[in-house]
Amino acid sequence: MTINPDLQGRSYPAAEVYDVGREKIREFARSVKATHPAHFEVDAAKALGHSDLVAPPTFAIIVAQRADAQLIEDPDSGIDFSRVVHAEQRFIHHRPIVAGDRLLAELHVDGVRAMGGGAMITTRAEIFALAPGAAGSREAVATSTSSILVRGEGQ
Amino acid sequence: MSTASTIPAFSDLTVGQDIGSRSIAVTRTDLVKYAGASGDFNPIHWNEAFADGVGLPGVIAHGMFTMGAAVQLVADWAGDPAAVVDFQTRFTKPVPVADTTGTPEPGALIEVSGAIGALDADAGTARVDLTVVSAGQKVLMKAQAVVRLA
Repeated sequence: MTINPDLQGRSYPAAEVYDVGREKIREFARSVKATHPAHFEVDAAKALGHSDLVAPPTFAIIVAQRADAQLIEDPDSGIDFSRVVHAEQRFIHHRPIVAGDRLLAELHVDGVRAMGGGAMITTRAEIFALAPGAAGSREAVATSTSSILVRGEGQ
Repeated sequence: MSTASTIPAFSDLTVGQDIGSRSIAVTRTDLVKYAGASGDFNPIHWNEAFADGVGLPGVIAHGMFTMGAAVQLVADWAGDPAAVVDFQTRFTKPVPVADTTGTPEPGALIEVSGAIGALDADAGTARVDLTVVSAGQKVLMKAQAVVRLA
């Protein structure tokens, strides 16, 4: 299977809304062994000036990987998920993710580079929050950039 | 462990200053929990035969588990997890996690330490450079967290 070189420059529009819930923040925080009270106690988050529980710094990966799945599961991409290795990751937070956020992610394929029999693919998920009350209004929340290595045969 | 620590004052920081260290014990159960919490169910993180079959050294931790656990040192030091405004890394070595189910032993240990790598007075930010090691090997490279302190 070869990676489709035409993937570069492709974009996938925001698919479904991700509703950030308090229990999901608590569950994700426990799963990365986070213990800061701002993930667990609303009063502790509010004491720091946040409107609700704060998501851990890597929480956006949930939304970013859902967006990535659109590319990986695209039959036209040529990507075999069982041969995918995560090579690089970056999160830029434009503002904290908090419980109650309704998030959308737009996926952009920024780079496709052949490496041996495989390829390094760089994707960027632009994550927005739907502004409450204002239909169609969006607020930039985070930019997640991932590079995945799709190993070729024998790699 | 967690306490709402005092938020560090930018003026007190110097490049090269240590922010501390911690040791993270990891079990196969932790990987299953992370899979469920994150939605990343790639079987290389929970199925030994599958991991072996694709040429890995057994079940390995999610890179995002290691990244997410490592940054907790920074979040706690900063006093507010939301102060981490930029966080990046490269995943250079897998973290194999042995099956120690039924024993009190961890399947792997991840050692995390951090130091101030750069200060930006105009932005009021400090870059914390993390060193993340398991079984004597650096498993993350260029693990850098930018913290807003003002």
